[in-house]
Amino acid sequence: MRTYIIQRLVVAVPSLLIASLIVFVLPRLIPGDVVQLMLEEKAYGKDLEELRAKLGLNRPIPVQYVEWIGRIARGDLGESLWTRRPVLGELARRLPVTLMLGGLSMAIAILIGIPTGIVSAVRPDGPLDFLARSGAILGLSIPAFVLAIVAILLPAVWWGWTPLGRFVEPSAGAAGYVGQFLLPATILGVASAAGIMRLTRGMLLEVLRQDFVRTAWAKGLGETVVVIKHSLKNAVIPVVTVLGLQVAQVAGGAVVIETIFGLPGMGQFLVEAIVQRDYPVIQGINLLVVVIIVATNLLVDLCYAVLDPRIRY
Amino acid sequence: METVSVPQALRRAPGLPRALAAVLRFCRQKVLGAIGAVIVVGLIVVAVFADHIARYDYDESIPGARMQPPSAQFFMGTDNIGRDVWSRVVYGARISVTVGFATVALATVLATAVGVSSAYVGGIYDLVVQRVVDAWMSFPALVIVLSLVAALGPGLLNLILALSILGAAGASRVVRGAALSAMQNPYVEAARALGAGHVRLILRHVLPNVAATIIILATIGLGTVILAESALSFLGFGVPPPYPSWGGMLSGSGRSFMYRAPWMALFPAAAISLAVFGFNMFGDALRDLLDPRLRGTRGRIR
Repeated sequence: MRTYIIQRLVVAVPSLLIASLIVFVLPRLIPGDVVQLMLEEKAYGKDLEELRAKLGLNRPIPVQYVEWIGRIARGDLGESLWTRRPVLGELARRLPVTLMLGGLSMAIAILIGIPTGIVSAVRPDGPLDFLARSGAILGLSIPAFVLAIVAILLPAVWWGWTPLGRFVEPSAGAAGYVGQFLLPATILGVASAAGIMRLTRGMLLEVLRQDFVRTAWAKGLGETVVVIKHSLKNAVIPVVTVLGLQVAQVAGGAVVIETIFGLPGMGQFLVEAIVQRDYPVIQGINLLVVVIIVATNLLVDLCYAVLDPRIRY
Repeated sequence: METVSVPQALRRAPGLPRALAAVLRFCRQKVLGAIGAVIVVGLIVVAVFADHIARYDYDESIPGARMQPPSAQFFMGTDNIGRDVWSRVVYGARISVTVGFATVALATVLATAVGVSSAYVGGIYDLVVQRVVDAWMSFPALVIVLSLVAALGPGLLNLILALSILGAAGASRVVRGAALSAMQNPYVEAARALGAGHVRLILRHVLPNVAATIIILATIGLGTVILAESALSFLGFGVPPPYPSWGGMLSGSGRSFMYRAPWMALFPAAAISLAVFGFNMFGDALRDLLDPRLRGTRGRIR
């Protein structure tokens, strides 16, 4: 197991390096000069070249890249070109918001998706199955931002209820803090729930037809034991794979959902940074996201071994 | 002795032409897919004939008609500067269809070139290309496309370019796999032994065998691309106003006025959902019919 983890980490290094290169070069291709933009908006520093030198943007890009990588190795992501605040500190402040949103939406997706998938598979073509499958198709077709708009709009039109426009800090109490995430997280989780439901149903249907399940039935075991203990564990591995893939999607979805609901997370930060061409911030966020996704993939592979004892690393 | 000529004896029973029969079978077996196909065809018709279907121009302000609710004159009401929402939704179909098909076409060509060459050349080239694809795919789709669109600048063409670069990466992986397995066939080796050149091998022997995979990938990609376009336009990185993109209609004035004029947001929202639904269902059904091996869940961009 340990050798496997080390192997995986070693293999991840070149991918991460290429990703870091993409992360670094991509924002610099954005047309429009950050220095120009700053002079127009903030009017500090008369001289374009002087400001450029001050920000360290006058050196060749390869030199900037090597220096940036060097600083990352020392745990320093640089500072925002606009606010001069360290990117790492800002990320540390915003990451919990996105993690809360993402974690909650994944939890909702699992809590809706897997039980519905089980019920659908146990009574295929029954009324519940039909309902669940229709719901899943709808869930997959309606984009999260459309759902979000409708979820804000309809209650406002019907009952005059609108969600809070401002962000509740965690210091204001856990209930209010978590409460404000419920609607956005549900909306973000719906599509994932639909995907998970369809996959759980499909896999479980296949497992339920196998010989060992018939044996379990023949032994006179109850439905719960046969379905949950014998079958589900064998059906769930592809579901875990997809859950891992969903992490990337939730991260992408968070960008839109945070913007709509005014949650000060990383997604909102990214959109702002792209508009302002704040290179260190864009790089920092993208790098963090890539690291999280690579780590998730590793975790998913390790989960296989726990779920299926036949898999050994 | 009486003889019967063979073709005459084997003449098929009179009935529907084969193509029509196939279509009918598709409708019976894949009801949702058929509904999807109808939506897709409808969308294309609306996009092509937008000039005749829309009652006004997409940026035409009708005097004295600000934020009118839906009525016989304005099917979907009017927006905050008196533009007919129905006409804008109709022209919006043109954007979605254009971006969708152009992106998928470009992405397919890119993916085929990268995937097939990676499989065919192999060695260091394959290794390097696949590591780059790995790195590319480890970003969330929306994040990378945002950075790309920002890098290329706004505009329809750049949007198509950014989306196709993104779509090509994942698709090239599948095409590479299909090409690798096609190259295992003995007839490829036979052709090589007969002295066929690289170009001939690829064009005559490898490509035709991965064509089905490519067609399926393209069909499935359409819904995803339309979704991505609307999400980007919603965030303000897509098609610039005043050209009406469905996603764009949901942001900006659509959002600030939506409490007073809900129809401004609801109809474009419904249009996006319907289009994505149609393409997804049609793509799924086509995939099931053409290649059951490619089944599985697929990603979407939101």
